[in-house]
Amino acid sequence: MTTVAVKPATMAQALTRALRDAMAADPAVHVMGEDVGTLGGVFRVTDGLAKEFGEDRCTDTPLAEAGILGTAVGMAMYGLRPVVEMQFDAFAYPAFEQLISHVARMRNRTRGKMPLPITIRVPYGGGIGGVEHHSDSSEAYYMATPGLHVVTPATVADAYGLLRAAIASDDPVVVLEPKRLYWSKDSWNPEEPAPVEPIGRAVVRRPGRSATLITYGPSVPVCMEAAEAARAEGWDLEVVDLRSLVPFDDETVCASVRRTGRAVVVHESGSFGGPGGEIAARVTERCFHHLEAPVLRVAGFDVPYPPPMLERHHLPGVDRILDAVGRLQWEAES
Amino acid sequence: MTVMEQRGAYRPTPPPAWQPRMDPAPLLPDAEPYRVLGTEAAAKADPELLRTLYAQLVKGRRYNAQATALTKQGRLAVYPSTTGQEACEVAAAMVLQERDWLFPSYRDTLAVVARGVDPVEALTLLRGDWHTGYDPYEHRVAPLCTPLATQLPHAVGLAHAARLKGDDVVALAMVGDGGTSEGDFHEALNFAAVWQAPVVFFVQNNGFAISVPLAKQTAAPSLAHKAVGYGIRGRLVDGNDAAAVHEVLSDAVRHARAGGGPTLVEAITYRVDAHTNADDATRYRGDAEVETWREHDPIRLLERELTGRGLLDEAGIEAARQDAETMAAALREHMNQDPALDPMDLFTHVYAEPTGQLREQRDQLRAELEAEACTGPEGDTHR
Repeated sequence: MTTVAVKPATMAQALTRALRDAMAADPAVHVMGEDVGTLGGVFRVTDGLAKEFGEDRCTDTPLAEAGILGTAVGMAMYGLRPVVEMQFDAFAYPAFEQLISHVARMRNRTRGKMPLPITIRVPYGGGIGGVEHHSDSSEAYYMATPGLHVVTPATVADAYGLLRAAIASDDPVVVLEPKRLYWSKDSWNPEEPAPVEPIGRAVVRRPGRSATLITYGPSVPVCMEAAEAARAEGWDLEVVDLRSLVPFDDETVCASVRRTGRAVVVHESGSFGGPGGEIAARVTERCFHHLEAPVLRVAGFDVPYPPPMLERHHLPGVDRILDAVGRLQWEAES
Repeated sequence: MTVMEQRGAYRPTPPPAWQPRMDPAPLLPDAEPYRVLGTEAAAKADPELLRTLYAQLVKGRRYNAQATALTKQGRLAVYPSTTGQEACEVAAAMVLQERDWLFPSYRDTLAVVARGVDPVEALTLLRGDWHTGYDPYEHRVAPLCTPLATQLPHAVGLAHAARLKGDDVVALAMVGDGGTSEGDFHEALNFAAVWQAPVVFFVQNNGFAISVPLAKQTAAPSLAHKAVGYGIRGRLVDGNDAAAVHEVLSDAVRHARAGGGPTLVEAITYRVDAHTNADDATRYRGDAEVETWREHDPIRLLERELTGRGLLDEAGIEAARQDAETMAAALREHMNQDPALDPMDLFTHVYAEPTGQLREQRDQLRAELEAEACTGPEGDTHR
C-alpha cells in the first residue's frame, strides 16, 4: 500500500468520486437528472461524468421530476441501477407519487420479485441563502414512507461511503445531501476513499458524559461547535451523528443516552411531526429509567422555510442548543 | 442627438431565423378512426388471425362476466369490467413478442390474462389477497397499476434501458381516457419522444373516467392529436374493431422496434358495464347511449364479418363458446378456494433485509399469533 498525502477535499468532491467509482465498478449504474450532464449539476457533483462515461450513462433529462423518477423505475425494472438527482429539496415534490406509490413499494407489491435499486440524491436544507423552495428539510416525508432507506452524511468520508452504499443497495435509498456542507473540507485520502459504511449505523462523533446531542446532516457541525462551547459551562456533551434515519440505529443512540442520562435532538426540519418527535419517543421508550430529564428537541420552527434574510433566526444554532442543554438540569428545577 | 433622433437611427437586428423542427402533418391522426371490419380492408386480413381474435374475444367476454359474478359472490373485492372493450384488451396482448413488456392499468386484467398470466394470479390484486399475484418477469407484465398513468414512465424507462443494452424489446403501456389528463401521461410521452424510446402508448377511450365524460376531460380534437405536441405519431382506431386495433397496434410496435420511436394510439370504444361493481352508471348516462354501443359490439362485428365470408359457422361459434365456458369453470373453481395467507409475510418484502424496527414488529406479531393460536381470537378480551 502506497502512502498518499491526505489532502483536504470537499463533500461535493467526495460525492463525485463516489459516483465515478460506482459507475466504473458497475456498468448498470446510470446517473440521470436535470443539468447533470454537460453542466455537471448545479452543485457540480456530477462534473465530468458525462464526458467520462458518455451521455447514455450520465443523462440530461427533460425538466420533470416525476418523469425522471418514473423512467428510473422502468430502468431499474430492466436491471439498471439509476442514480437520480433532484437538484433541490423542494423540487422533488412532483416526484412524490412515483416515490411513494411505486419506488418505495415495488418490492412489497411484487412479493420480492421486483426490487428497485434506485438512489435518489436530494440536496437539502438551508443556510446557503437560497430563495423560496431551495432550502426545505423534507426528511420526515421520506422517513414516513415504508420501503425507503434514508441516509444523510455530515462528513466528507461519510458522503463517499454512504453514497457508495446507497448505490450498492438493492433497495431504494434517499440520500439527503446537506447543501451547506458541499464545500466543507475534511482531510480525506482520495486514493483510499473507503470504507463504504453499511447503511443503518450511527456514530459517536464526540464522546462526552453529561448529555447526548442526537443529530444528523447539516446540524452535526453545529452540534460539535455547541459541544465545544458547552465546556465553558461545565458540560461534557456527547454528539451522535445518526447518518442513517431509516433504518434507525437504536443501539448506538440508546447506549449513548444510557451513559449520559440526558438527550437533545437537533435538526433543521420542523419540530411538529418532525424526526425529533420519533427519535425522542424511541429514546424515551427504551431509556426511561436512565433519563434524568425529558428528551428535548431543538429544531427549525414550524413555519414554511423562511426567506434567506430571516433564516438565521430559524435554523438551530449554538445558542439555542446550549439553552436546551441548560434546561436539561431537570432535577435542580423541580 | 435627441432621443427621437436616436430612435430614428435604430436599426433593429432581425431575430435568428426560426424553423419548425418537423412537419406536423405526418404525425396527425386521420379524421376518422381506422376500421377494417365491414370494409374492403377486411378481405386482405388473415382469416386465421380473425378466427383467433374471435375466439379470444368470446373468451374475454366470458372472463368479464365471470369476474363480475365473482364480485357479487364476495370472491373479488372489486372488478373493473372491460365488457365492450375486449378487442382492445386482446389485441394489446397479441401484438407483443415474448420478449416485449406490457404495462397494464388496473382495468386491464383481461390483457394480462391474454398475455398468458394465470387468471387467478391476475386477479390477486382485485381479490385483496396480495397486491400482485404474478411474477412480472415470467410473462413480462408489469404489476396492475392503480394510480393513473404512473405506469407510463415505467414503460418508457424500461424500453429505454432495453435499447441501451442493445435488446430488441418494445413496451406497450395501457391507459384510459381519464389517465391522459394526468401529469405522468405528459411526462412519459415527452421523455419517450426525446429519447425515441420503443414504446407504444395505448389509450382506451371508453367514454368515461368513472362518471366524467370525455368532453369534460379534454378540449383536444382527439386524444390521438395530443401526440403531435410531443413530436410523435398519433393514430386513431375503432376500438371495437378487433382487426383494426390489431393492425394499428402491430404497426406501432413494428415502428418502435425499427427505431422509429413511440406512437400514441387512441382506440374509440365504450365501457358497457359500470366503472366497477361499486358504481351506478345510470346516474351519468342513458340506456339509449349504451344500446347504441351494444349494437357496435366487438364480438358481433367480428362474428358478422366471419360468418358473412364463410369463415365461421354455428359449430365454430359453439366451439368458441365451449372453450370460454371451460375457462370460466376453471376460474370459478380456483376462486372459490380460500387463499392461504401468512400474516408474517407482512414483513418479508419491505426491504431486502428487515430493519431493526421491522424485526421488533415482526416479533410482536408472532407473539400475537401464538397467543391467538392458544386462546383463539374470541379469547382476546382487548377487542
